[in-house]
Amino acid sequence: MEYFLTEQQKLIKGLARRIAEERILPVRAELDEKEEFPWAIVKDMADADLFRIFIPEQYEGLGEGCFALCIAVEELSRACCGIALTYAADGLGAMPILLYGGEEQKHKYLPDIASGAKLTAFGLTESAAGSDAGAIKTTATRDGDDYIINGTKQFITNGGEAEIYTIIALTDPTKGSRGASAFIVEKGTPGFTFGKKEKKMGIRSSATRELVFHNCRLPKENLVGREGMGFIITMKTLDSSRPGVGALAVGLAQGALEAAVAYARQREQFGHPVSAFQAVQHMLANMAMELEAARALVYAAARTIDSGAKKFTEEGAMAKVFATDMAMKVTTDAVQIFGGPGYMRDYPVEKMMRDAKINQIYEGTNQVLRNVIALELLRRKALRE
Amino acid sequence: MNIVVCIKQVPGTTDIKIDPETNTLVREGVESIINPFDTYALEEGVRLKERCGGKVTVISMGPPQAEEALRETISLGADEAILISDRAFAGSDTWATSYVLSRALTRIADYDVIICGRQTLDGDTGQVGPELSEMLGIPFVAYVSKVEEISEGYMRVQRMVEEGYEVIEMTLPAVITVVKEVNVPRLPSLRGMAKAKTTEIPAWTAEEIGADGDKAGLSGSPTRVVRVFFPQRTHKSEMLQGSLEEQLDQLIEKLEEII
Repeated sequence: MEYFLTEQQKLIKGLARRIAEERILPVRAELDEKEEFPWAIVKDMADADLFRIFIPEQYEGLGEGCFALCIAVEELSRACCGIALTYAADGLGAMPILLYGGEEQKHKYLPDIASGAKLTAFGLTESAAGSDAGAIKTTATRDGDDYIINGTKQFITNGGEAEIYTIIALTDPTKGSRGASAFIVEKGTPGFTFGKKEKKMGIRSSATRELVFHNCRLPKENLVGREGMGFIITMKTLDSSRPGVGALAVGLAQGALEAAVAYARQREQFGHPVSAFQAVQHMLANMAMELEAARALVYAAARTIDSGAKKFTEEGAMAKVFATDMAMKVTTDAVQIFGGPGYMRDYPVEKMMRDAKINQIYEGTNQVLRNVIALELLRRKALRE
Repeated sequence: MNIVVCIKQVPGTTDIKIDPETNTLVREGVESIINPFDTYALEEGVRLKERCGGKVTVISMGPPQAEEALRETISLGADEAILISDRAFAGSDTWATSYVLSRALTRIADYDVIICGRQTLDGDTGQVGPELSEMLGIPFVAYVSKVEEISEGYMRVQRMVEEGYEVIEMTLPAVITVVKEVNVPRLPSLRGMAKAKTTEIPAWTAEEIGADGDKAGLSGSPTRVVRVFFPQRTHKSEMLQGSLEEQLDQLIEKLEEII
């Protein structure tokens, strides 16, 4: 398909592919096996300026948008979804500062994020607040010119490895979600430590960890936007980042499809390569069709965001849900085409299948996002009547 | 610190063909790359700059299309690149090439470290580095695997030898050639690629570097490639069959025959 990439976007795609093939591919199985954070590859991505893509030029970035970021994420995920997630989650952590940060905050944090010197993470989820994000318990109590943070964030991607965290805490617990605010917390701030390191089914080279706040004192300069804006910031951040999750899924499925095609051509049964059997051919054809449809939807959603549209909740949700459901199906079918060997860790497709599952869960489960999409549809219908 | 890196554009490794008529490399339609060993030289130059400040200048003697390779070095961290190109240089052997490079370096004048790859992929001689240092009259160390220390007028390096390494000190300016153990070359950066597109790459002619036409090109080359051929295989191999014990018996029998 022709997606009309600009020269710069083609360069980004080519460079991300080189990192994926030359640096990620040789180590992806080992990092997955050892559950090891990919620091050497983060350094390669930083050297190649990949962290600059989504940062505006005045903060040492390249000023490209969501679409260019999606292209890079897709290429990285084609080799390893876990490593690509580390990169994508950095964009997520930076998003609240990008969207709602004050000029001083942007100048203080964005250049280091752009150079890749500092990774970021976004902290919303808690043990009792997943899809029901309004149920968070972490508090930020005003004390003179400071805020005192208390509580524990769970399942935070890049947790422990990132230097800069944007977290959501209640400044006014009586107001529920309207009493939430966003804060920037730097690693090393007294009272901010890391808890349980999760052992995961897939994306095992990415870091997932608890953030523990115990009387953690932050100056009021670390508040993003105004008090009470926490949930608006959260929603806008997630709306903006969901095409990126779609891109993770598209890249992952692309890798799985390529592996399945290559294997089907060389695996012989009944005296023929299994690719000669129509049952396998139809599976491959379905995988390719659904993958391309998801890619087109992800790209369209990303371009809608880049167009300067004010509202893109529905578009982001559609791209994320469709692409991640597709990736689960395509990676499962890839394992099926490999047969017995596909289930073994000697081949890459079982990892892809394990990696796929989380994409249907994080950044809004595909169920809660279907609610979001339906709500938008019904709201529009009601408005017309 | 002014660092000069010498590179060569060579045919890509995968599709080398030799013209059976002329015994020369077929270059038409073959993808050109930076000599892989030179990418380590460039990376080391860029790392030295990052370590102690300064500037990395890349030079290459070659036909006009070598500009493409020089442009790529900008995306990999070089500050400037200069093409040394003149019809008079065509057919240069390593001696003539070193002469031309030494003239270009004399024009650059202000250099502290000159870094080359250990050898080229196509010529394979590894002679240009040492010849260059002789012509410039400055110290030379080959097969450098690590730059331990570098400061104004002083450098200490590790030179790879068959069993381990030697530590060598030298005064600067000096020439070193590096082995691939010295670093892992970086990939290009997006900013670097943007810079590479717009950077002007000057081309210096024989006259501009004051090169004597009789010392460059085919006429200035004391060596000639008479014939390029694949050597005939003189070794025969035989696979021993059977159980391990049987194979061992056969092996001993054969060794006894030889002894």
